[in-house]
Amino acid sequence: MTKIMTALSLLFIFFSGQAVAAPDELVVYSARKEHLIKDLFEKYEKEQGVKITYITGKAPVLLQRILSEGENTAADILMTVDAGNLWHAAEKEILVPVTSPVLDRNIPDHYKDPAHRWFGLSVRARTIVYNTDRVKKEELSTYEALAGEDWKGRLLLRTSKKVYNQSLVAMFIETLGEDRTRSMVSGWVTNLAAPPYSSDTKVLEAIAAGQGDAGIVNTYYYGRLMKENPDLPLGIFWADQSDNGVHVNVSGAGIVKYSKKIDQAVRFLEWLSETDAQKIFADANMEYPVNQAVLPHTDVRKWGAFKPSTVNLARAGELQARAVRLMDIEGYK
Amino acid sequence: MISSIKFQGGFIVSSGIAVITLSPVLFILASGMNADPEIWSHLKQYVLPGLLKNTAVLVAGVVSVTAALGVSLAWLTSFYEFWGRRLFEKWLIFPLAIPTYVMAFIYTGLLDYSGPVQTAVREYAPELAGLFPEIRSGGGAVMVISLAIFPYVFLMASSGFRSMGRSMIEASQSMGGGRMFTLFRVTLPMARPWIFGGLILVFMETLADFGAVSVFNYDTFTTGIYKAWYGLFSVNAAAQLASILVVMVLVIFAAESWLRRKQRFFNRGGHQPVSRKRLNGTGHFLASAFCSTVLLVSFVIPAVQLLIWTAKAFAVEFGAHYIRLVANTFFLGLMGTAVTLAVAVSLSYSARRRADLKTGIASKLSLSGYALPGTVLAVGIVHVVAWLDSRVNGTMDLLGIQLPGALLQGSLILLPLCYMIRFLTVGYNPVYSHMTRLTPSIDEAARLMKVTGAALISKIHLPLIRRGLVTGGILVLVEIFKEMPVTLMLRPFGWDTLAVKIFELTSEGEWERAALPAVTLVLAGMIPVGFLTFIGRNKRQHVPEG
Repeated sequence: MTKIMTALSLLFIFFSGQAVAAPDELVVYSARKEHLIKDLFEKYEKEQGVKITYITGKAPVLLQRILSEGENTAADILMTVDAGNLWHAAEKEILVPVTSPVLDRNIPDHYKDPAHRWFGLSVRARTIVYNTDRVKKEELSTYEALAGEDWKGRLLLRTSKKVYNQSLVAMFIETLGEDRTRSMVSGWVTNLAAPPYSSDTKVLEAIAAGQGDAGIVNTYYYGRLMKENPDLPLGIFWADQSDNGVHVNVSGAGIVKYSKKIDQAVRFLEWLSETDAQKIFADANMEYPVNQAVLPHTDVRKWGAFKPSTVNLARAGELQARAVRLMDIEGYK
Repeated sequence: MISSIKFQGGFIVSSGIAVITLSPVLFILASGMNADPEIWSHLKQYVLPGLLKNTAVLVAGVVSVTAALGVSLAWLTSFYEFWGRRLFEKWLIFPLAIPTYVMAFIYTGLLDYSGPVQTAVREYAPELAGLFPEIRSGGGAVMVISLAIFPYVFLMASSGFRSMGRSMIEASQSMGGGRMFTLFRVTLPMARPWIFGGLILVFMETLADFGAVSVFNYDTFTTGIYKAWYGLFSVNAAAQLASILVVMVLVIFAAESWLRRKQRFFNRGGHQPVSRKRLNGTGHFLASAFCSTVLLVSFVIPAVQLLIWTAKAFAVEFGAHYIRLVANTFFLGLMGTAVTLAVAVSLSYSARRRADLKTGIASKLSLSGYALPGTVLAVGIVHVVAWLDSRVNGTMDLLGIQLPGALLQGSLILLPLCYMIRFLTVGYNPVYSHMTRLTPSIDEAARLMKVTGAALISKIHLPLIRRGLVTGGILVLVEIFKEMPVTLMLRPFGWDTLAVKIFELTSEGEWERAALPAVTLVLAGMIPVGFLTFIGRNKRQHVPEG
């Protein structure tokens, strides 16, 4: 019996994994995938002597984990790949406001929370991609125009369950108003050449194969696919250039209010917003640096310059639930 | 006197287990009551009708297709001799090693408009191009999920057929029953408990599936749950949808016990296995061709496609961290299996001892975890654990002891616990069905020989239920290998598994890179599954049936 008890208590000590993080260690809950953050985090450890431990997962799940762990959470930083989830984390009051001249200087206003609880770290543009054999550039203008009758049976989209599309539609509710957005979404659904795909890459492949003529995707998926297969008849078109600009979103982060190392966490975010880190952060995934002093990768620059939307991304989070409902009602699966 | 104290202790232990397994499910049922009415009315009006229809189509489809495939393959390989029979018997279980979400991304990759098959058709036979059905549809989802999980029915139906012995079948035939008569009036009805057991697993797995249906973008209850949570930010509405799943499962359980009422499946003279009838001519060819086709589509093609992708992406993706991923997968799998089996045995004992309605309902509820999407279950667990932790901390504070933080949250023990709740039914069924063979007369005989207590269990019971334990253990192990959402949510730092890696890559649309962890996972799963075919082959030499 004693033996069993000893074994049990040893086991318990082993498994009670709530290891107290070392003083020189920060814990990141990251929705950004391991292969996009690993090298950068290691670089920080090498340069600054602070180890970055991370766990990846879907943003709403990580958020839920922090909520239920409460003040016992190990997380110092929550990192997501869209502003909506950051807004929601701020709304749930788990992010702490940060005053940092460095972050203020490096990150434009519309890419961060007005109350300074989260900050964009890279910019992702969601725009129109078309089949260059079947579409002339002149046929394209705005996202809304893709809902027109001349696009019947030619449009391909990703599922409305993806947060990128939810943010996109949320921003249209902000700029176009609910009614116009509703008829736009309804038009898109009518124009679909095939049921919505589960990924942007699939949308691109289907456009290249000629199932449809155009679609809406994040540019880095286009970049990745073209890198593998440069002969695909695909082109990027910057939408809405004469009005609101291309829909953009950020991959960003906020500091968890339960963190015992808020100062260290701020320094890490500041480091991420500076030139060297920005370059790596954006280039790893062919995204755009949020720091305007840093140029995108040369391959990315080849797609041309564009005017991005400057509506504050916090609105994407606020309006997301409305956007989801609107898409449900219009039958966008 | 001593034995009655032991009996009470055993009962307390098993009620304790019921509390652990039930608490997250009850938590979900409870928070489902608090859903925001505005969100709920939106879901009811615009989302639910479509979800119900799609879910019904999917479940009915998968259950029918797996029943047809599993039973017919088991019938052929159990009663007939034909070319490749021994090979099919073993290899037709291997699709179990391929996760449904992997099967889904392989087949959508192959059969989508931009995939190689349709591209070739457009190139060489453009007149046929328009005839190609959309793979990302209810039908496509049914076929692909069925291909991944029909082995459950195949496996269970095979053991049903084999434990039958030749006497009943010979009796039927000697009384002039034709082959078809014997099949439909004797063989199938007698194997029904096994076949139902397999189909219930299929039913629950299909209800809980999220990975595969989201590749198809086919909206079911599960995708609805995630929409409520991720899109509408309402965990409570998600829980409310999940409670409907729990209720559906309980209805099916109730229907099953009602169907089985008053039936007893004893069989006499089962020691002699059925001698297989040699097929000849067309029958022989058709049997071989049918089995080969199923094996080709459910295992060979997916495996080859994964290997091709792996070859392309190996250089980018492979690294030393794979050793860690494989080690984690095995370690978590074995831990979870141990916990699940321990609980399955305790629960079987209590079900064997107490057959009243209350215990029946409690044990059925404990088994419903398999029909819940993993993440939802994990949320339930996290809440229960957070509550426990705050209680413990509070008590310790009163005693003047300061704990460094949460004891349970973020600890490694949560994962095996959650795997247990999720996969208990997979381990419980084989264990329990062997347990039913421990008739009270065995205990009495043992008592006469003064074998009681622990000795009774280790010397008499365990050897008799060993095969149930091994079968259950292997099935649970493979399920845990493939498990993604629970692991994703609850794993502590550094505990990434192969399934987690697959998620990371596929969610970025990196199918080719995801092939490497997928191949590794399939190979890992083939080890235990292969072991299953091995014990299946030797079972007649060791354990008398009956």
